[in-house]
Amino acid sequence: MMTNNKIEIDETYCKGCALCTIACPHGLIEMDVTLNSLGYIPAMITPANLAKCTACALCARTCPDTAITVFKSVSGSKTERS
Amino acid sequence: MTTQYKQVFGRPESLKDVATHFCPGCHHGTIHRLCAEAMDALDIQQRTIGVASVGCSVFLYGYFDIDVVEAPHGRAPAVATGVKRVRKDDVVFTYQGDGDLAAIGTAEIIHAANRGEAITVIFVNNTTYGMTGGQMAPTTLPQQRTSTSPTGRDVANDGYPIRMAELLAGLEGVAYSTRVAVDSPQHIIAAGKAIHHAFDCQVKSGGFSFVEVLSTCPTNWGMDALKANARVASEMIPYFPLGVFKDAACAEEGA
Repeated sequence: MMTNNKIEIDETYCKGCALCTIACPHGLIEMDVTLNSLGYIPAMITPANLAKCTACALCARTCPDTAITVFKSVSGSKTERS
Repeated sequence: MTTQYKQVFGRPESLKDVATHFCPGCHHGTIHRLCAEAMDALDIQQRTIGVASVGCSVFLYGYFDIDVVEAPHGRAPAVATGVKRVRKDDVVFTYQGDGDLAAIGTAEIIHAANRGEAITVIFVNNTTYGMTGGQMAPTTLPQQRTSTSPTGRDVANDGYPIRMAELLAGLEGVAYSTRVAVDSPQHIIAAGKAIHHAFDCQVKSGGFSFVEVLSTCPTNWGMDALKANARVASEMIPYFPLGVFKDAACAEEGA
Protein backbone atom coordinates (compact mmCIF):
# COMPACT_ATOMS: atom_id res chain seq x y z
CA MET A 1 0.00 0.00 0.00
CA MET A 2 1.25 3.47 -0.86
CA THR A 3 1.20 5.92 1.99
CA ASN A 4 1.73 9.64 2.36
CA ASN A 5 3.59 9.40 5.63
CA LYS A 6 6.91 11.15 6.06
CA ILE A 7 10.06 10.80 8.11
CA GLU A 8 12.75 13.46 8.22
CA ILE A 9 16.30 12.36 9.03
CA ASP A 10 18.26 15.39 10.22
CA GLU A 11 21.67 14.86 8.65
CA THR A 12 23.35 17.28 11.01
CA TYR A 13 22.45 15.00 13.96
CA CYS A 14 22.92 11.59 12.31
CA LYS A 15 26.15 9.80 13.28
CA GLY A 16 25.59 6.89 10.92
CA CYS A 17 25.24 4.20 13.59
CA ALA A 18 22.69 2.39 11.37
CA LEU A 19 20.54 1.27 14.33
CA CYS A 20 17.47 2.69 12.52
CA THR A 21 18.10 0.35 9.58
CA ILE A 22 17.48 -2.71 11.79
CA ALA A 23 14.66 -1.03 13.72
CA CYS A 24 12.45 -0.45 10.67
CA PRO A 25 10.13 -3.49 10.43
CA HIS A 26 10.06 -3.11 6.64
CA GLY A 27 13.76 -2.42 6.15
CA LEU A 28 13.06 0.88 4.41
CA ILE A 29 16.02 2.88 5.74
CA GLU A 30 19.43 2.61 4.06
CA MET A 31 22.79 4.22 4.52
CA ASP A 32 23.73 7.08 2.19
CA VAL A 33 26.89 7.09 0.10
CA THR A 34 28.19 10.57 0.89
CA LEU A 35 29.49 11.99 4.17
CA ASN A 36 27.55 14.54 6.19
CA SER A 37 29.02 17.66 7.82
CA LEU A 38 30.09 15.61 10.87
CA GLY A 39 32.06 13.23 8.67
CA TYR A 40 29.68 10.31 9.13
CA ILE A 41 27.72 8.42 6.48
CA PRO A 42 24.12 9.26 7.43
CA ALA A 43 20.97 7.18 7.12
CA MET A 44 18.54 7.97 4.31
CA ILE A 45 15.24 6.83 2.88
CA THR A 46 14.45 6.81 -0.83
CA PRO A 47 11.17 8.35 -2.09
CA ALA A 48 10.09 4.87 -3.21
CA ASN A 49 10.65 3.48 0.28
CA LEU A 50 9.11 6.52 1.94
CA ALA A 51 5.89 5.70 0.11
CA LYS A 52 5.79 2.41 2.06
CA CYS A 53 6.38 4.06 5.48
CA THR A 54 3.68 3.30 8.04
CA ALA A 55 4.85 6.06 10.43
CA CYS A 56 5.28 3.49 13.22
CA ALA A 57 8.18 5.65 14.51
CA LEU A 58 10.27 2.67 15.62
CA CYS A 59 13.26 4.13 13.72
CA ALA A 60 12.90 7.40 15.60
CA ARG A 61 12.53 5.65 18.95
CA THR A 62 15.71 3.69 18.25
CA CYS A 63 17.81 6.65 17.06
CA PRO A 64 20.23 7.55 19.90
CA ASP A 65 20.65 11.04 18.46
CA THR A 66 16.96 11.94 18.06
CA ALA A 67 17.71 12.71 14.42
CA ILE A 68 14.42 11.36 13.08
CA THR A 69 11.07 13.13 13.15
CA VAL A 70 8.00 11.19 12.02
CA PHE A 71 4.88 12.63 10.42
CA LYS A 72 1.69 10.74 9.74
CA SER A 73 -0.52 11.79 6.87
CA VAL A 74 -3.93 12.82 8.16
CA SER A 75 -5.50 13.19 4.73
CA GLY A 76 -5.61 9.46 4.00
CA SER A 77 -3.42 7.16 1.94
CA LYS A 78 -2.99 7.46 -1.80
CA THR A 79 -4.80 4.15 -2.25
CA GLU A 80 -7.80 5.29 -0.26
CA ARG A 81 -8.09 8.53 -2.21
CA SER A 82 -7.83 7.02 -5.69
CA MET B 1 -4.50 18.32 -2.78
CA THR B 2 -1.91 19.22 -0.17
CA THR B 3 -1.15 16.46 2.29
CA GLN B 4 -1.80 17.36 5.91
CA TYR B 5 0.70 15.93 8.39
CA LYS B 6 0.54 15.28 12.07
CA GLN B 7 3.85 14.90 13.88
CA VAL B 8 3.80 11.55 15.67
CA PHE B 9 7.35 11.54 16.96
CA GLY B 10 9.92 14.25 17.65
CA ARG B 11 12.38 15.62 20.16
CA PRO B 12 10.94 15.91 23.68
CA GLU B 13 10.74 19.42 25.15
CA SER B 14 12.96 18.54 28.10
CA LEU B 15 15.83 17.66 25.75
CA LYS B 16 17.81 20.59 24.34
CA ASP B 17 18.04 20.89 20.58
CA VAL B 18 21.78 20.17 20.41
CA ALA B 19 23.92 17.33 19.07
CA THR B 20 25.44 15.11 21.77
CA HIS B 21 29.12 14.22 22.11
CA PHE B 22 28.32 10.51 22.39
CA CYS B 23 29.93 8.06 19.97
CA PRO B 24 27.86 6.65 17.08
CA GLY B 25 25.52 3.93 18.37
CA CYS B 26 26.04 4.75 22.06
CA HIS B 27 22.83 4.14 23.97
CA HIS B 28 23.30 7.18 26.24
CA GLY B 29 21.39 9.32 23.73
CA THR B 30 18.44 6.93 23.76
CA ILE B 31 18.37 6.83 27.56
CA HIS B 32 18.59 10.64 27.72
CA ARG B 33 15.58 10.86 25.42
CA LEU B 34 13.56 8.36 27.48
CA CYS B 35 14.21 10.41 30.65
CA ALA B 36 13.17 13.61 28.84
CA GLU B 37 10.02 11.92 27.52
CA ALA B 38 9.10 10.87 31.08
CA MET B 39 9.60 14.47 32.30
CA ASP B 40 7.38 15.77 29.50
CA ALA B 41 4.69 13.15 30.13
CA LEU B 42 4.59 13.86 33.88
CA ASP B 43 4.84 17.62 33.29
CA ILE B 44 7.70 17.97 35.77
CA GLN B 45 10.33 19.68 33.60
CA GLN B 46 10.10 22.95 35.53
CA ARG B 47 10.67 21.27 38.90
CA THR B 48 13.14 18.53 38.00
CA ILE B 49 16.74 18.76 39.19
CA GLY B 50 19.29 16.38 37.69
CA VAL B 51 22.45 15.31 39.47
CA ALA B 52 25.17 14.39 36.98
CA SER B 53 27.91 11.88 37.65
CA VAL B 54 31.42 11.68 36.27
CA GLY B 55 31.83 9.74 33.06
CA CYS B 56 30.32 10.11 29.60
CA SER B 57 27.11 11.27 31.27
CA VAL B 58 28.91 14.27 32.77
CA PHE B 59 27.37 16.73 30.28
CA LEU B 60 23.80 16.23 31.52
CA TYR B 61 23.45 20.01 31.93
CA GLY B 62 24.21 20.51 28.25
CA TYR B 63 21.55 18.12 27.00
CA PHE B 64 18.60 18.38 29.39
CA ASP B 65 16.59 21.59 29.53
CA ILE B 66 16.40 21.40 33.33
CA ASP B 67 18.56 22.45 36.29
CA VAL B 68 21.53 20.17 36.90
CA VAL B 69 24.05 19.86 39.73
CA GLU B 70 27.42 18.27 39.01
CA ALA B 71 28.50 15.80 41.68
CA PRO B 72 31.99 14.53 42.53
CA HIS B 73 32.76 11.08 41.12
CA GLY B 74 30.35 8.50 42.53
CA ARG B 75 28.73 10.93 44.95
CA ALA B 76 25.62 11.78 42.93
CA PRO B 77 23.24 9.95 45.35
CA ALA B 78 24.75 11.87 48.30
CA VAL B 79 24.40 15.21 46.47
CA ALA B 80 20.87 14.26 45.37
CA THR B 81 20.02 13.45 49.00
CA GLY B 82 20.96 17.00 50.00
CA VAL B 83 19.12 18.58 47.08
CA LYS B 84 15.95 16.58 47.74
CA ARG B 85 15.96 17.23 51.49
CA VAL B 86 16.03 21.01 51.04
CA ARG B 87 13.72 21.05 48.00
CA LYS B 88 11.13 18.43 48.89
CA ASP B 89 8.65 19.49 46.20
CA ASP B 90 11.16 19.11 43.39
CA VAL B 91 11.83 15.93 41.47
CA VAL B 92 15.46 14.88 41.84
CA PHE B 93 17.22 12.24 39.80
CA THR B 94 20.79 11.05 39.34
CA TYR B 95 22.13 9.70 36.08
CA GLN B 96 25.19 7.54 36.61
CA GLY B 97 27.35 5.07 34.75
CA ASP B 98 28.63 1.77 36.14
CA GLY B 99 32.12 3.00 36.91
CA ASP B 100 30.57 5.85 38.86
CA LEU B 101 27.73 4.04 40.63
CA ALA B 102 29.00 0.48 41.06
CA ALA B 103 32.66 1.18 41.83
CA ILE B 104 33.60 4.59 43.17
CA GLY B 105 30.11 5.39 44.43
CA THR B 106 29.07 2.00 45.84
CA ALA B 107 28.85 3.31 49.40
CA GLU B 108 26.77 6.33 48.39
CA ILE B 109 24.22 4.41 46.32
CA ILE B 110 23.74 1.66 48.90
CA HIS B 111 23.20 4.06 51.78
CA ALA B 112 20.99 6.46 49.82
CA ALA B 113 18.87 3.47 48.78
CA ASN B 114 18.83 2.05 52.30
CA ARG B 115 17.69 5.37 53.74
CA GLY B 116 14.90 5.36 51.18
CA GLU B 117 15.73 8.82 49.89
CA ALA B 118 12.95 10.07 47.63
CA ILE B 119 15.11 10.23 44.51
CA THR B 120 15.23 8.43 41.17
CA VAL B 121 18.46 6.83 40.00
CA ILE B 122 19.10 6.06 36.34
CA PHE B 123 22.02 3.62 36.20
CA VAL B 124 23.63 3.08 32.80
CA ASN B 125 25.46 -0.25 32.74
CA ASN B 126 27.76 -0.67 29.75
CA THR B 127 30.21 -3.07 31.49
CA THR B 128 33.15 -0.69 31.24
CA TYR B 129 34.53 2.72 32.16
CA GLY B 130 33.60 4.58 28.99
CA MET B 131 35.06 8.07 29.26
CA THR B 132 38.39 7.14 30.82
CA GLY B 133 39.34 4.60 28.19
CA GLY B 134 37.54 1.30 28.66
CA GLN B 135 38.99 0.03 31.93
CA MET B 136 37.45 -2.95 33.76
CA ALA B 137 34.44 -2.01 35.90
CA PRO B 138 32.71 -4.06 38.61
CA THR B 139 30.07 -4.86 35.96
CA THR B 140 32.56 -6.10 33.33
CA LEU B 141 31.48 -9.58 32.21
CA PRO B 142 33.64 -12.68 32.89
CA GLN B 143 36.32 -13.09 30.18
CA GLN B 144 35.53 -9.62 28.77
CA ARG B 145 38.66 -7.90 27.50
CA THR B 146 39.19 -4.33 28.62
CA SER B 147 42.22 -2.06 28.74
CA THR B 148 42.95 -3.21 32.30
CA SER B 149 41.98 -6.84 31.72
CA PRO B 150 43.67 -7.47 28.35
CA THR B 151 43.37 -11.25 28.67
CA GLY B 152 39.77 -11.08 29.84
CA ARG B 153 38.23 -10.64 33.30
CA ASP B 154 39.47 -13.44 35.51
CA VAL B 155 36.72 -14.12 38.04
CA ALA B 156 39.16 -16.01 40.30
CA ASN B 157 41.10 -12.80 40.72
CA ASP B 158 38.56 -10.04 40.09
CA GLY B 159 35.30 -11.59 41.26
CA TYR B 160 32.02 -11.70 39.38
CA PRO B 161 30.12 -8.72 37.95
CA ILE B 162 27.78 -7.01 40.43
CA ARG B 163 24.07 -7.16 39.67
CA MET B 164 23.10 -3.78 41.13
CA ALA B 165 19.34 -3.92 40.50
CA GLU B 166 19.00 -7.21 42.43
CA LEU B 167 21.38 -6.03 45.15
CA LEU B 168 19.43 -2.82 45.81
CA ALA B 169 16.07 -4.62 45.61
CA GLY B 170 17.08 -6.41 48.80
CA LEU B 171 17.12 -3.14 50.77
CA GLU B 172 14.04 -2.05 52.76
CA GLY B 173 14.30 1.57 51.65
CA VAL B 174 13.94 0.81 47.95
CA ALA B 175 10.48 1.31 46.42
CA TYR B 176 11.23 0.30 42.84
CA SER B 177 14.15 -1.53 41.28
CA THR B 178 14.22 -2.76 37.71
CA ARG B 179 16.58 -3.63 34.87
CA VAL B 180 15.80 -2.75 31.26
CA ALA B 181 17.66 -2.63 27.94
CA VAL B 182 17.44 -0.34 24.90
CA ASP B 183 18.78 -2.64 22.18
CA SER B 184 15.51 -3.17 20.28
CA PRO B 185 12.35 -1.13 19.70
CA GLN B 186 10.44 -3.49 22.00
CA HIS B 187 13.00 -3.07 24.79
CA ILE B 188 13.15 0.71 24.26
CA ILE B 189 9.39 1.04 24.72
CA ALA B 190 9.54 -1.12 27.88
CA ALA B 191 12.50 0.93 29.16
CA GLY B 192 10.55 4.14 28.55
CA LYS B 193 7.68 2.80 30.64
CA ALA B 194 10.06 1.76 33.44
CA ILE B 195 11.73 5.19 33.55
CA HIS B 196 8.32 6.89 33.49
CA HIS B 197 7.21 4.64 36.38
CA ALA B 198 10.38 5.41 38.33
CA PHE B 199 9.79 9.18 38.11
CA ASP B 200 6.11 8.62 38.86
CA CYS B 201 7.07 6.66 42.00
CA GLN B 202 8.97 9.67 43.30
CA VAL B 203 6.22 12.13 42.40
CA LYS B 204 3.35 10.06 43.83
CA SER B 205 4.74 8.14 46.76
CA GLY B 206 8.16 9.66 47.42
CA GLY B 207 10.08 6.41 47.26
CA PHE B 208 13.59 5.54 46.11
CA SER B 209 13.39 4.28 42.54
CA PHE B 210 16.21 2.64 40.60
CA VAL B 211 16.37 1.82 36.90
CA GLU B 212 19.38 -0.08 35.56
CA VAL B 213 19.66 0.31 31.78
CA LEU B 214 21.90 -2.06 29.82
CA SER B 215 23.83 0.00 27.32
CA THR B 216 26.50 -0.32 24.68
CA CYS B 217 29.96 1.22 24.51
CA PRO B 218 30.89 0.51 20.88
CA THR B 219 34.17 2.43 21.04
CA ASN B 220 35.61 0.72 24.11
CA TRP B 221 34.20 -2.68 23.16
CA GLY B 222 36.02 -2.36 19.83
CA MET B 223 32.87 -3.01 17.84
CA ASP B 224 30.74 -1.13 15.35
CA ALA B 225 27.34 0.11 16.51
CA LEU B 226 25.35 -2.84 15.16
CA LYS B 227 27.66 -5.51 16.63
CA ALA B 228 27.73 -3.70 19.98
CA ASN B 229 23.94 -3.47 19.93
CA ALA B 230 23.71 -7.23 19.25
CA ARG B 231 26.07 -7.97 22.16
CA VAL B 232 23.52 -6.59 24.63
CA ALA B 233 21.14 -9.46 23.82
CA SER B 234 23.77 -12.15 23.25
CA GLU B 235 26.07 -11.56 26.23
CA MET B 236 24.69 -8.98 28.66
CA ILE B 237 21.05 -10.01 29.12
CA PRO B 238 21.98 -13.66 29.93
CA TYR B 239 24.08 -12.39 32.89
CA PHE B 240 22.00 -9.30 33.72
CA PRO B 241 18.39 -10.52 33.34
CA LEU B 242 15.74 -7.92 32.58
CA GLY B 243 12.83 -7.55 34.96
CA VAL B 244 11.30 -5.79 37.93
CA PHE B 245 13.00 -6.87 41.14
CA LYS B 246 10.99 -4.74 43.54
CA ASP B 247 7.90 -2.58 43.16
CA ALA B 248 6.67 -2.18 46.71
CA ALA B 249 5.39 1.29 47.57
CA CYS B 250 4.35 2.06 44.01
CA ALA B 251 2.16 -1.03 43.79
CA GLU B 252 0.24 0.07 46.89
CA GLU B 253 -0.43 3.40 45.23
CA GLY B 254 -2.02 1.51 42.38
CA ALA B 255 0.42 3.09 39.92
